[in-house]
Amino acid sequence: MIMEELLRVKNLKKYFPIRRGVFKKVVGHVRAVDDVSFALSPKQVLGLVGESGCGKTTVGRTILRLWEPTGGSIFYEGQDITHGGKEEVKKLRSKMQIVFQDPHASLSPRMRVGTIIDRVMALHSALSARQRRERAIELMEKMGLLPDHYLRYPHELSGGQQQRVGIIRALCVQPNFLILDEPTSALDVSVQAQILNLLKDVQKDMDLAMLFISHNLGVIDHCCNRIAVMYAGKIVEIADRDALFKSPAHPYTRALLSSILDIGKRKGAGQIILKGEIPSLSTPPMGCRFHTRCFARVEGCDRQEAPWVEVGKDHFAACHLAGSFRGSKT
Amino acid sequence: MNQVLLRINDLRLDFHTDDGVFKVLDGVSLEIRRGKALGLVGETGCGKSVTGNAILGLIPKPAGKILGGEILFEGVDLLQLPEKEMRKLRGKKISMIFQDPFTALNPAYTVGDQIGEAILLHQESGGKQEVVEKTIRIMEMVGIPKPAERLEDYPHQLSGGMRQRVIIAMALSCNPPLLIADEPTTALDVTIQAQVLELMSELNRKAGFSLLLISHDLGIISQMCDDVSIMYAGSIVETADMETFFASHQHPYSEGLIGSIPRIGSAQEKLQTISGTVPSLVNPPPGCRFHPRCKFTMEKCRREKPTLREITPGHKIACFKVTE
Repeated sequence: MIMEELLRVKNLKKYFPIRRGVFKKVVGHVRAVDDVSFALSPKQVLGLVGESGCGKTTVGRTILRLWEPTGGSIFYEGQDITHGGKEEVKKLRSKMQIVFQDPHASLSPRMRVGTIIDRVMALHSALSARQRRERAIELMEKMGLLPDHYLRYPHELSGGQQQRVGIIRALCVQPNFLILDEPTSALDVSVQAQILNLLKDVQKDMDLAMLFISHNLGVIDHCCNRIAVMYAGKIVEIADRDALFKSPAHPYTRALLSSILDIGKRKGAGQIILKGEIPSLSTPPMGCRFHTRCFARVEGCDRQEAPWVEVGKDHFAACHLAGSFRGSKT
Repeated sequence: MNQVLLRINDLRLDFHTDDGVFKVLDGVSLEIRRGKALGLVGETGCGKSVTGNAILGLIPKPAGKILGGEILFEGVDLLQLPEKEMRKLRGKKISMIFQDPFTALNPAYTVGDQIGEAILLHQESGGKQEVVEKTIRIMEMVGIPKPAERLEDYPHQLSGGMRQRVIIAMALSCNPPLLIADEPTTALDVTIQAQVLELMSELNRKAGFSLLLISHDLGIISQMCDDVSIMYAGSIVETADMETFFASHQHPYSEGLIGSIPRIGSAQEKLQTISGTVPSLVNPPPGCRFHPRCKFTMEKCRREKPTLREITPGHKIACFKVTE
């Protein structure tokens, strides 16, 4: 059982302090991630979906220890990596890598593409300079770039090409786990399709596990085999892809699914349009955080936090009513 | 009465910059029917926003040069109108909603002032009280809760969704016959986007204005619009009513665009892609601008630019493969 798990996140919390005044006194906290737990097996692609500010990026960055968690623990290949020092974090990054959202901002404008890739490899591998260069060029060709691009600067490349460099930078150390933080949201659809196909190929070729963060359900559906839905700092539902799309158990998931605008169709009466707005994470609502916008709210939702209910095989939802939506099974 | 409210004929426009001359619009032709919504779809940099701005005469001078064509609004060519006349038109006859609700409002004025300004400018009615009442009515119409209390709020006190509602209120304050919305929900989250789109289609039904909806998202367009025009590198490549378009689109670019959208439950292994990237507008490819990325390129495509031809009533397409 333990062998099957690549990553386990347990009760992860990340609070950002709000500071005010001359002495920068801490007056409150933004609870960006509040008690998030999930597990990931090797070769699995887990999609993390939610609206802006729901904490999905924070989850990704905290796992990589780019930000220090406030509470909870993270296990990677059975090892607790929550509190390791600098050396340990460095070792970790040769196994876990990240591709950022904005390829333009995440590549240094002063470095050539070759240098950007080489830096990472030099840090994490024992290869000689020549071997590194060969490997970089091999990867570039595989990812649809030309060897010529090795000496170019990022600004000379198009958005799609820049994102390919971002992906090569992450893959050049041969990680077995990749975090993708909205890898295509800055790209046009035709370029997005190229990048998504590419990611699917490398996932298969390199047997990668991925955490795929996105707000776009179409992209998530295309790339992932398991999906977690986040709302206001918490995971509200997690299930295998087909189960989630066929029988969503949480009202927020249902609203999110109904907000998908498929092409060639006009929306009829079935669409759920949520009232109100995403709550502030510094003063989140009492009880279930979704109760202020929920259309299925009952007595008690505003006082008690929703329990974590198993609504099907490997399908969990945090809702008082979760069972009743799909005829409760054990 | 004439069916067509606004017609653009062969609009061509260059931008002169330090990096060279960008041939941004290369013969744009489109029609917006009375009371109907036209979706203008294309990828970044294809000229869809420039087209919207050109209608309102908002092309920056002297960088932008209009080389030819006409924009006929209720029979009048807007390109020939003097600036003084254009000012009377803006907001009263044609309004615009911009993409980013965070920069489209003036942070130094209250939302009441900003909505009231358009009413004050364009309506004969005198009294200040009357303007305030109208402002409140219009804020109510766009679903701003407790409008009377919101009058004195500054934009930073409102959320993104509320700001976009304020902008819609400003745009609709004078009941214009034509509303141009340039990516009105791109900056918003999906659940908020659903609210704003619902509001816009409701207002479109009630107030009966025509809508030009500019977006890169075919999903939004297909929900909101009656007609669609697909734009690529400065020209319209295909135009049809929505049903015809999805049932029988024929331009290779339209096909690629639709195939590259990941769709829920389609379980396709691979997305269709369009090879290559959007061409530079400084040195656009000769002939059909899509030919370097097209699967069906013929000799003629490299030499000659195809024009929009009607293949069935209302369905026009600019492609030699289809029209010949």
